[in-house]
Amino acid sequence: MNKVSLIIKREYLTRVRKKTFILSTFLFPIIIILFVVGSVFIAVRSREVVKIAIPNDSFLRSNLKSDSSSVLFVYDPAVNQNNFQQLGYTAYLKPNRDTNNSRDYSIVSRKQIGLESMEYIRHQLNQAFENRLLQQSGIDKETLDSVSKVSNDAISVTNKVLDETGKEKEANAGLAYGIGFTSGILIYITMFIFGAMVMRGVMEEKMNRIAEVIISSVKPFQLMMGKIIGIAAVGLTQFLMWIILIIVLMNVMQFFVPHEALQQLQNTQPNMPGGNSMSGQLPSTIAHIIGNVNWLLIISCFLFYFLGGYLFYAALFAAVGSVVNEDPQEAQSLMLPITMPIIFAFLILSTTISHPNSPLAFWGSMIPFTSPIVMMGRIAYGVPEGVPWWQLFLSMGLLVLGFIFTTWFAGKIYRTGILMYGKRASWKEMIKWLRRSS
Amino acid sequence: MAILELRNLKKYFATQKAVDDISFSIDKGSIFGLLGPNGAGKTTLIRMITGIFFPDEGEIIFDGKKFDPLKDIISIGYMPEERGLYKKMKIGEQALYLAQLKGLSRTEAMKKIQEWFIKLNMETWWNKKVEDLSKGMSQKLQFVTTVLHEPKLIILDEPFSGLDPINTNIIKDEIYKLAQKGSTIVFSTHRMEQVEEICDHIVLINKGKKILDGSLKKVKQDFKENLFSIVFDEMPSVNSNTVFDVIANRGDSMIVKIQEGQRPTDVLKYFIQQNASIQSFNEILPSLNNIFIKLVEGTAISRQFEEISA
Repeated sequence: MNKVSLIIKREYLTRVRKKTFILSTFLFPIIIILFVVGSVFIAVRSREVVKIAIPNDSFLRSNLKSDSSSVLFVYDPAVNQNNFQQLGYTAYLKPNRDTNNSRDYSIVSRKQIGLESMEYIRHQLNQAFENRLLQQSGIDKETLDSVSKVSNDAISVTNKVLDETGKEKEANAGLAYGIGFTSGILIYITMFIFGAMVMRGVMEEKMNRIAEVIISSVKPFQLMMGKIIGIAAVGLTQFLMWIILIIVLMNVMQFFVPHEALQQLQNTQPNMPGGNSMSGQLPSTIAHIIGNVNWLLIISCFLFYFLGGYLFYAALFAAVGSVVNEDPQEAQSLMLPITMPIIFAFLILSTTISHPNSPLAFWGSMIPFTSPIVMMGRIAYGVPEGVPWWQLFLSMGLLVLGFIFTTWFAGKIYRTGILMYGKRASWKEMIKWLRRSS
Repeated sequence: MAILELRNLKKYFATQKAVDDISFSIDKGSIFGLLGPNGAGKTTLIRMITGIFFPDEGEIIFDGKKFDPLKDIISIGYMPEERGLYKKMKIGEQALYLAQLKGLSRTEAMKKIQEWFIKLNMETWWNKKVEDLSKGMSQKLQFVTTVLHEPKLIILDEPFSGLDPINTNIIKDEIYKLAQKGSTIVFSTHRMEQVEEICDHIVLINKGKKILDGSLKKVKQDFKENLFSIVFDEMPSVNSNTVFDVIANRGDSMIVKIQEGQRPTDVLKYFIQQNASIQSFNEILPSLNNIFIKLVEGTAISRQFEEISA
């Protein structure tokens, strides 16, 4: 045991002290934040200002209002299709056809008009047409607005899910979707990154021929486990540092991002049709929903499934590393049977987050090959709404049994593979190694 | 008393009988040569002694008891032929790590490493990385890490490859010193002149089987061809006789082969009767190199693959 801890210490320290580890640990959150800030800036800065000329049209003149800073409607009787550019307009609104019940317009411009601006123009025209129809039927616009406001407030539909005690809980599918997807992807990526790290470490020891020296002091299994646990510790360290760094940077960023940029960003949202009524109550809704999520459960399950999934696959990656020789191409073809179930799990996840109680989600979250990723999609919906307690514990138990089995299995291949040089072992030979007792 | 005794060891791989029924014993404090051509099964044999492989059949007795890899591995130091060190790790840390894996405490390991580094002139290496070292330097480091924990049995596979004559002598002296202190040294090589110089006892294996076992002196006696070299003041003329045949004449020296049933004295008698004045009379013992070639030659140079049904 003492020897395993020595190996763990070495694996951990050599990786943590590396320049690339320190760089990636600090650069990753900075890059993420720069990306977020950058896309906000681009979104704010690159918004086009569209100035649309409208010919003398009494209907439009009385009904079409412009309340946006980026799309301007200007009434100009002198404008026509040939001179709108010279007069400084981006586009020219051209009525094509006019019947009682429909109107048909073209927006003539030299350059393509952005999707958001087009949407806004269409929305405004609809409103104008709606207003005219209302007036024709003798209904006052204000009356209608107040009626629809009252009716909107009177009816509210939320999905309440009964738990065992009969207490109602509000389910928020959107947030659960987001949490499930993000944590599933994180486990997916880290399993690949740290699994590959284990594999490269094993390959390095084999190439350097240090494996033979070490194995004359410790058992191959101890060497393999030391490496796997050491790298797991590296992974957890990196996670922890990223979380801390992201929190710190987010707080620091608030002082540097100009307020007007944030405000402008907020202003862009209500422009979307139908979005305006939500804006006022949005922050309180978010706080409400976030308070409803059982973060402790999700984070502890995330850590459990990250570690369980990592341990399940790391031993297999180690076995692959021990079998290959100089040629990295060999590693890739041998990795395929390991990467396939991981990718498959990711595919199951994408349906699980929409249907957490489907049979596919059930089996995907039970079988240890896919459960670390798939289960996160169900846990996000909460226990027992997304997944009953017995299923969660069964899945955890199966994962533990699973990684004990893969570690035992991989240990047998590793033991022989690490000392074999020359030709890569065939599948047949590897099966033979498995059968051989120690 | 034997520190290591092998009894009918067998290890078969899928396509080769790597070690096929080998038995021998190694005396405590001796310097033992394990010889054999490439692919004879030396490495497999050594891996069984160091607990890396388990024999398919047979027993290993270590220090009077049945070999228990977990426990006895601490008393063995093994330097494999293929050098292995972590390239990116600092020399001092690396030596410390390997010594601790052998069961030394940190302080103990530190003390021993410093002693050895001073002894072999390596004090300034501590913070260098292995990739900064030359082949000979890393060889020295590897030797130090092998013997640091004062093992009872030290197994060196081609320890001098890549070393210049000065460093070879330094290491050789250390090997002698370790043997005097009571360590047993197993020396695996196919450089026969080194074996002749260092080893007390040799075993030669070929194709997984033992083909020679004995003290260096005895092996040479067994393989001598009764050749003598005689130097004269003036070369006498030799008629054909029943005592010896002349093999070669070179200047004032003559190489003769004594015939079956005759003794060296009979040769001297013959020349004294002829009134030849003899300057020197020496027996020519076969070099280990010749014995090796004689025994191994004739068998296929490289091992053939065969199907083993074990």
